[in-house]
Amino acid sequence: MSALIEARDVTLAFGGTPALRGVSLAVDAGDIIAIMGPSGSGKSTLLHCLGGILVPDAGEVWLDGRRVDTLDEQRRSALRRDVFGFVFQFGQLVPELTAEENVALPLLLGGTRRAAALAESRSWFARLGLDGLQRRRSGELSGGQAQRVALARGLVARPRVLFADEPTGALDSLTGEQVMNLLVDAARAEGTTVILVTHEPRVAAYADRQVIVRDGRSSALTVERVGS
Amino acid sequence: MSIPLTLLGLLEREASHGYDLKREYDALFGRGRPLPYGQVYSTLARLARDGKIIAGEAEPGSGPERRRYVITETGATEFEQWLTEAVPPEPHLQTTLFTKVVLALMLGRDAHAYLDTQRLAHLRRMRELTDLRRGGEIVDVLLADHGLFHLEADLRWIEATSGRLDQLAAKVRA
Repeated sequence: MSALIEARDVTLAFGGTPALRGVSLAVDAGDIIAIMGPSGSGKSTLLHCLGGILVPDAGEVWLDGRRVDTLDEQRRSALRRDVFGFVFQFGQLVPELTAEENVALPLLLGGTRRAAALAESRSWFARLGLDGLQRRRSGELSGGQAQRVALARGLVARPRVLFADEPTGALDSLTGEQVMNLLVDAARAEGTTVILVTHEPRVAAYADRQVIVRDGRSSALTVERVGS
Repeated sequence: MSIPLTLLGLLEREASHGYDLKREYDALFGRGRPLPYGQVYSTLARLARDGKIIAGEAEPGSGPERRRYVITETGATEFEQWLTEAVPPEPHLQTTLFTKVVLALMLGRDAHAYLDTQRLAHLRRMRELTDLRRGGEIVDVLLADHGLFHLEADLRWIEATSGRLDQLAAKVRA
């Protein structure tokens, strides 16, 4: 089976400082993988390269048999909007919008009509235990609620790949656990591929497979799920 | 886990038969490792010999012989003492890890590779425990949590040691 998304020997430097020194990683459709590593190891940079946010200096990024690192910014932007979903450490909700508008945002940006986008957005609230919070603004949500709203926003457009960068990094452990359970359940139900960056082993343990990045190189050692 | 003391604890609540003790032990503490009958009865026999419990008369009935066991004052005192004292905070695993790392460095072997192997074994176990706790009962969740936190502590130690292998190598090879 060929991978859904793949980095081949990706290299990237910021100024003169190398962040990635030839990383290769292939992820199959429907897999949940965790990229682990200490701070500064290059794990977030790798996620940004896979997600079309950064363009590698050398190497290739492939999505579903198509090379994507050579696309121009406009096409990569369309890819990020239509095919990828993102969840970051701090929800990064738009403060002026209500929770349901925040969730609907990827659909609105993709050209869905407002009423349809909001209806789809609302369907996620019960699913993620957010009922009653649809009209709240981000300042009126707890950290865990805001992160669940961000998760709904990441999944609302039914992306093929969800990128989650330290999605529980700002939460206490019980709230983080709740967010991870919802993330994994939703991704499994939707068949979404998940690429998760975390430095926390407890979070990485939710993934099917863990890859360790150290000094800008991915370790050949990965942990595969046994028996599933 | 001290099986004799755990059985004493169950008997402290109420007198019970060996069969019921085993069932209760398995439900609360067994977690995939049920207590063999042989071990239940040999443990009860030792506790009786040491005066910590008293075995009642054999009760008539079909099937295997049934006796009710009752805790004694000596048994209750020992259990009470055990229950309130701290478990020795022994980092066994870390000690073994540390020994292996030092020996690897001393003998010029690849300590990094060993630490990576250990890291992966820990991550694999963490994933099994995470699977167990997802959708598990509260007893499973809390037991798995206990394991997860310990494994996580080891992983932190592995991380810290990985970053200081050069320093340690200089020390053990000096």
